[in-house]
Amino acid sequence: MSEDLKILDEVTNSEYKYGFVSNIESDNAPKGLDESTVRFISAKKNEPEWLLEWRLKSFRHWLTLEEPTWANVHYPKIDFQDIIYYSAPKKKPSLNSLDELDPEIKATFDKLGISLIEQQRLAGVAVDAVIDSVSVKTTFRETLGELGIIFCSFSEAVHDHPDLIKKYLGSVVPHTDNYYAALNSAVFSDGSFCYIPKGVRCPMELSTYFRINSAGTGQFERTLIIAEEGSFVSYLEGCTAPMRDENQLHAAIVEIISHTDATVKYSTVQNWYPGDKNGKGGIYNFVTKRGICMGDRAKISWTQVETGSAITWKYPSVILKGDYSVGEFYSVAVTNNMQQADTGTKMIHLGKKTKSIIISKGISCGKSQNSYRGLVRIGKKAEHARNFSQCDSLLIGDKCGAHTFPYIEVGNKTAKVEHEATTSKVGEDQIFYCNQRGISTEDAVNLIVNGYCKEVFNQLPMEFAVEAQKLLAISLEGSVG
Amino acid sequence: MLSIKDLKASVEGKQILNGLNLEVKPGEVHAIMGPNGSGKSTLASVLAGREEYEVEGGTVNFLGKDLLDMSPEDRARAGMFLAFQYPVEIPGVSNANFLKTAVNEVRKSRGLAPYDSKEFLKIMKEKMALVEMDKAMTQRSVNEGFSGGEKKRNEIFQMAMLEPTLAILDETDSGLDIDALRIVSNGVNALRDGNRSFIVITHYQRLLDYIVPDFVHVLYKGRIVKSGTKDLALELEEKGYDWIKEEVAVGA
Amino acid sequence: MSTITKYQTASTAFVQEAEVFADLYGKAHPTLTAIRKQAMVAFSNRGIPTMKHEEWKYVNLTSIAQTDYRTASPADSQKLSKSDAEQYRFAGKDAILCVIENGKLNVAASTMTGIPAGVRIGSIDDFSSDAAVMSHLFTHASFEEEAMVALNTMLCYSPIIIKVDAKVKCDTVIQLIFATVPGADPLLIPARVLVVAEEQSEFTVVESYHTLGAGALTFNNVVSEVVVGKAARVHYSKIQVEGDEAQHINYHKVNMARDSYQHLTTLTLGGAIVRNNLNIRLDDEQVNAYLNGLYVLNQKQVIDNHTLVDHAMPNCYSNELYKGIIGDQAQGVFNGKIWVREDAQKTNAYQSNKNLLLSNQASMNTKPQLEIYADDVKCSHGATTGQLDDEALFYLRARGIGETVARSLLNHAFAADVIEQVENETLRESLMQLLDVKLSALQIEA
Repeated sequence: MSEDLKILDEVTNSEYKYGFVSNIESDNAPKGLDESTVRFISAKKNEPEWLLEWRLKSFRHWLTLEEPTWANVHYPKIDFQDIIYYSAPKKKPSLNSLDELDPEIKATFDKLGISLIEQQRLAGVAVDAVIDSVSVKTTFRETLGELGIIFCSFSEAVHDHPDLIKKYLGSVVPHTDNYYAALNSAVFSDGSFCYIPKGVRCPMELSTYFRINSAGTGQFERTLIIAEEGSFVSYLEGCTAPMRDENQLHAAIVEIISHTDATVKYSTVQNWYPGDKNGKGGIYNFVTKRGICMGDRAKISWTQVETGSAITWKYPSVILKGDYSVGEFYSVAVTNNMQQADTGTKMIHLGKKTKSIIISKGISCGKSQNSYRGLVRIGKKAEHARNFSQCDSLLIGDKCGAHTFPYIEVGNKTAKVEHEATTSKVGEDQIFYCNQRGISTEDAVNLIVNGYCKEVFNQLPMEFAVEAQKLLAISLEGSVG
Repeated sequence: MLSIKDLKASVEGKQILNGLNLEVKPGEVHAIMGPNGSGKSTLASVLAGREEYEVEGGTVNFLGKDLLDMSPEDRARAGMFLAFQYPVEIPGVSNANFLKTAVNEVRKSRGLAPYDSKEFLKIMKEKMALVEMDKAMTQRSVNEGFSGGEKKRNEIFQMAMLEPTLAILDETDSGLDIDALRIVSNGVNALRDGNRSFIVITHYQRLLDYIVPDFVHVLYKGRIVKSGTKDLALELEEKGYDWIKEEVAVGA
Repeated sequence: MSTITKYQTASTAFVQEAEVFADLYGKAHPTLTAIRKQAMVAFSNRGIPTMKHEEWKYVNLTSIAQTDYRTASPADSQKLSKSDAEQYRFAGKDAILCVIENGKLNVAASTMTGIPAGVRIGSIDDFSSDAAVMSHLFTHASFEEEAMVALNTMLCYSPIIIKVDAKVKCDTVIQLIFATVPGADPLLIPARVLVVAEEQSEFTVVESYHTLGAGALTFNNVVSEVVVGKAARVHYSKIQVEGDEAQHINYHKVNMARDSYQHLTTLTLGGAIVRNNLNIRLDDEQVNAYLNGLYVLNQKQVIDNHTLVDHAMPNCYSNELYKGIIGDQAQGVFNGKIWVREDAQKTNAYQSNKNLLLSNQASMNTKPQLEIYADDVKCSHGATTGQLDDEALFYLRARGIGETVARSLLNHAFAADVIEQVENETLRESLMQLLDVKLSALQIEA
């Protein structure tokens, strides 16, 4: 049996397999948001005064902003007072070994398919797992420490490496950046921090799993990655949430700083609960992800497989400041049922001979709406900058929509910018060919769609690529009538 | 006519030509052969003046002038012609308009009056017959939608129109079927007049059955490592390039 | 307060003034007066778009908003004669020249002889008894959605109407010469065109825009509505060669019935700020729509081409090609949307936008969009911005053609591609000439 079919076989009966609720006791903030909520969170985390001030500044700025409406997504107005902004597992995890982990949490990970021990042993992946709002366990810390690599929860970094946090926090995504970035900056609870020293090639994939567990909770994590000169790191991020009837808000920030000759690869497999067939429930995924290539020949590569969330609003971007720096964006976004996605990237070329590539594959099924929105800007001084963008959309079913909104701004005559986009459906002749060879229509669609996404999947680390294919198959389920 | 001395050239920081020497006298046909990556096409590009190629050292004298100091168009006007390995497609510029501009620019530089349309058409018709080219092709955009064979025929047709002193054929035989090869070769042979010289760059001996060279050179690692007559080409066809590589290795 | 902001705030005095206005020009057409009043409300609600508005983010209308214009009036005297108009004859000696001077038909300057049977050209008064034509007037371009359409609707007093009867094939080109004659004060010119192509008719219309003489600023605020009947074929060109100071915003709305065909070419060479809004609605099955544009800019020109190809019904085809050459400090904008509605299965829609930047002070902003709600479609867009192909340039130089000549040859070839698709040969040659004059004015930098 081929790998593809095996995966299909595995998933034929599953709907949203991550939709279980863990009975972990949590320690919640009261519902609602005002300055006292911000102070509560900061106090819970025992934060220094400067960070509290920064949060408050962000909160006050947030109050002056209006919710953005330009994205091609529609949802009822969010009641920001009806959200719990802080939720932590009650048993404070301060563990020396995995054995001490709360058995419920451990079971959660097992159900997620990310048994930490397994991961540690087999894949050599260092994992930081964030449930609801706090980071519960970071593995492999010692091994990494020997190389000078710091990989820990954001809260720990605030205490242990305040200089780095002070220097880089908000340096790529300022607290004033946008509505959800300001909100995150005020109420962020935890997240991951990663620092790769000069010349170090991180020997394993670093990984964070995010999970929203408690009801009525918003999740606002922050990730900060700093790659010093000549270093390399590949970073993975996975997301899941249980099935719930109400919508939950996830507004995260990721900041990446890639110095001279450094490379950061950031891969995401996003599988937040997408809501049911009728659009009830599901996560609102409003995320700001941005990296900056600070030095010459720096590189940042985003790869994302977006299958979950009721609404996705997300544009992982790269500021190409250093000369010869490189930005990449590879994306597969699948929407089914009532999902809405408005996702893409921004490539801001400032340095000379900077290069960017954008490969986006959108797949719309059911009654979903899937939009690519991207910006390529070539600054006045970006001599000989290059961009190539390919944005393809695939439609499965006649009730869905696929949209492409690229913005191309060129201010230097030596630039070369090429954008191509196509929209089509899965070819009947392709399906027929498969049928004729004995493959069912549903399997044929899966095969064809997988082939269509191959270019992006190839960018993912092995284990993730397999997981991405599984998720794709699940997402496509029931899309063929 | 052409004298290349110790020519060194690189592209994108990588040195390709490593001290190449070659003398071409009027009327001679030189074939340059060599394994892939030996620098054959680089030589053609450097001679024609492609900007991405950096000359690191050496001299090239063409008809008494420093060739390396000249712009691509001045080289062409001085009588150098390159038949491209991959002729580019230029949408919107008709073959006829393109050639008329080129021919008259070249004539101007030689102090000749430009052809008027009537004269030009007459000459064009003549030369088209040389490569059995269809009249419709002159109305089409330069190389646009041409088959591989048509593109190469168009190159030889342009050569006939521009009447160069030295023509460099860069793998003109690649991708040609036997009929096209015959047509292209006939065109070239018709232009051999005892004064015009040719540098024929090729991978295969086959072309040299049609265009018989006076000399055959083997290019390897950016230098000419062996020269001979057309028999050398036959030997290469039979034995491949490995023995040359070994000779070079032993010599070194 | 500038005229337009005054319109927007709709002070009582202005409303009265506008009512008098409406009264004056629409006396015989009370329904139009009602529409004008609605447009007034719409305009005062919307106001002049600013760069915060997504559809206007790349073009700054401050200079228009802040100028204190006088609105051209039917009482203004007209200066142009036939000989003035002759210099703009683009489509041969038989062509009908219809001169619209500062928004109003100038019969004396026009050459309207030889209009074939079944073709009628005139002002609103000539058509007031034709209920079918009147029912189209002011109804296609949406003033509710577009402030500048509202402005035109409330102010325009002399729509030019062309009607071609069913099954009439008119070989004579109809050229509408919009001549702007600047005066002592800044002038706002609300020009309006309605073209009705009845079933199976076929003809060619040219709109050309010119500035004659010098004077204060001028702002052409144009709305054209084209109704293409069943199986009708309409060839349409818009030629914008106004003076260096001219401001120009126009809306061009086309409604296409079953089996119809339209080919629209927009050539923009002149003007300080030009904004073209083209909205082509494919309203029934088996429609073929071609939409081409060419803009060649220098100095500080700003052009913003906004196009919408609206596929409302199945089995239609559209093809859009826009090209631009931008030199000096000029700015180009292309915003093209292909919209395929839910029912429009089997749509084939293509769009391409290609740009050459000739200078480092020039800029180009492109936003090609696909908005697709049907699944069985083939749609694509492509956009490129860059310089001439180095390979092509080298090839020409290797054949002895000097760099400057090589560049202008390639620039011409790049641009001519659009004009070559114009069907009428005489018109095509005229456009080619206009293009070459403009290209020779461009600074060609190596």
